[in-house]
Amino acid sequence: MNSYLEIKNITKRFGDFTALHEVSLAVEKGEFVTFLGPSGSGKTTTLMIIAGFEKATSGDVLVQGQSLSGLAPYQRNIGIVFQNYALFPHKTAADNVYFPLQMRGYGRGEGLEKAAEMLDLVGLKGFGDRYPKELSGGQQQRVALARALVFEPSLLLLDEPLGALDKNLREQMQIEIKRIQRRLGVTTVFVTHDQSEAMSMSDRIVVFEQGRIQQAASPLDVYHRPKTRFVAGFVGESNLIPARITDAAAGKADSPVLGNCEVKANGAADGQDVTLLIRPEHIRLSREPVDGRKNARMQVDTIVNYGDNALVMGRVGDLNMRARVLGRDVIILEEGDECCISWLPESVFVIEQ
Amino acid sequence: MGATISRLADKPNLWPWLLLTPLALYLAVFFAVPLFDVAVMSFTEPSLSFANYERVLTGKLYQQVFMNTFMTAGLVTLSCLLVGYPLAYLMNHVTRRTAMLILLLVTMSFWTSFLVRTYAWMVLLGNNGPVVAFLAAIGVDPAPQLLFTRFSSTLAMVHILAPYMIMNIYTVMQKIDPVLIRSAESLGARGWSLFRHVYLPLTAPGIANGCVLVFVICIGFYVTPVLLGSPREQMVAGLIGTQIEEFLAFGMGSAMAIILLVITLAILAVYHRRFGLDKLWG
Repeated sequence: MNSYLEIKNITKRFGDFTALHEVSLAVEKGEFVTFLGPSGSGKTTTLMIIAGFEKATSGDVLVQGQSLSGLAPYQRNIGIVFQNYALFPHKTAADNVYFPLQMRGYGRGEGLEKAAEMLDLVGLKGFGDRYPKELSGGQQQRVALARALVFEPSLLLLDEPLGALDKNLREQMQIEIKRIQRRLGVTTVFVTHDQSEAMSMSDRIVVFEQGRIQQAASPLDVYHRPKTRFVAGFVGESNLIPARITDAAAGKADSPVLGNCEVKANGAADGQDVTLLIRPEHIRLSREPVDGRKNARMQVDTIVNYGDNALVMGRVGDLNMRARVLGRDVIILEEGDECCISWLPESVFVIEQ
Repeated sequence: MGATISRLADKPNLWPWLLLTPLALYLAVFFAVPLFDVAVMSFTEPSLSFANYERVLTGKLYQQVFMNTFMTAGLVTLSCLLVGYPLAYLMNHVTRRTAMLILLLVTMSFWTSFLVRTYAWMVLLGNNGPVVAFLAAIGVDPAPQLLFTRFSSTLAMVHILAPYMIMNIYTVMQKIDPVLIRSAESLGARGWSLFRHVYLPLTAPGIANGCVLVFVICIGFYVTPVLLGSPREQMVAGLIGTQIEEFLAFGMGSAMAIILLVITLAILAVYHRRFGLDKLWG
């Protein structure tokens, strides 16, 4: 059985520069997939190849088993929300949403009716007569979304659509987009460099780096079981500790700084060099070592207190470590103090690459 | 220090205005005063009355000349648009080098004195010129009268004024966000429908700018229609010249000049209310 959207071995070269190396991915119908990565990682290029604005050097994109290669953007029936919304400034919100229907031969009456329904769905009832410049950023965003969905596209592509919004509005729009996507069941590819956005919205996150997919997995898998050091470092905060597996069966590793550690080897072999990942929120601070946990002494360099939580940064030997603890737990500490940090063996995840 | 700042903030700073003085003086002496003089003459020559305006506004000949002027200006504006729009579009869709080359050709013609360009057309369209020779060679003999017709003056004015149109439209086209076009394509638009529903409306400000500029310059055009046009189809500026030079009718000439000025200002006022005059020069 084929997947709904299939990206098959896509390579994209710009002159000598290879932007995408053999990228492959399968997306199921109704799935919300996020392409996450730093700028220049290939996520937007992949999106543009799906949309038809870029041509892959080799490889193919299929929707429901049909190749899109020969089709121009206007033939693909894909809804796109661009970074700056790209609303037509000379058309009202309703006419913007009506536009794709107009291009598909709908009459004005029926088309505007559907446009009004869609504006209603995105929470803009009664805003149809406004021009884009009379709308706020968030409202323009909703119009763009309505316009990309009103013609029942086979795919919805979102190219960093929340980048221009302030933080509160961004969180609100994340929830809104998710709600609308679920309601319509449209298969969606969302591009962002914001990992918290990716975590909160996606069914699956695809992490891009240097033109390659590093990992494609559920948000929790990407967070707790990253496949590579890059993924661990890019998604969430992390402590990455070089180590060597000494006894895979017994779950033992040796780190130059921390000494012997208990780990779950996850298939790494004896003698293999690995990286240990400990998320900062799994580290506890104390004055004295705690029984049943792996302990280390840390020299505290910086404390950033956010109120509800605090980030404590310091050094264990020559290794930089960070701990995220409850705000109230940090008041006993001062920068320059030495304290004990500890974690449970199951908080240590072994990254092979 | 604090005192200085508060003093600067309290008193309006007059220094920048001082820089405008030379220009303001120049304009006052050589433009405002003569213009005022013309306005006064239109009411006082030969005697204090509205007679000049009455004659201009009711006289069949004068009405016809004004109509002719608007028709010609309209035709020139339309022709400039039809020539300029595709060229501006082309300039936006070729390589940068080619675009610069076209721009150079357009501006080169722009920088050449229009008197020179007018005489060039006289040579080209004259009875011994290459156009007549060409027409004769392909069997159109005798060639129709080209020079001193509405055709020749319109053609030359289109040539002279087209750069205003091209530059205005080109600038606006250049500012169009390519993402808007992509967005339209992704929504299913292509070819003619994309042009009609998205591209053309987005360039409308440039079209409006170009048309207003060309039209306004054209209704006051003197040299080209006088030298190249048909004497039977005069334009207002030419008629003003005749009134003053040949009949020494300063009052009539002034009245026509003031009417022309009022019409021009009215067009610009309407434009200003709709788009804002500050946008007129791009």
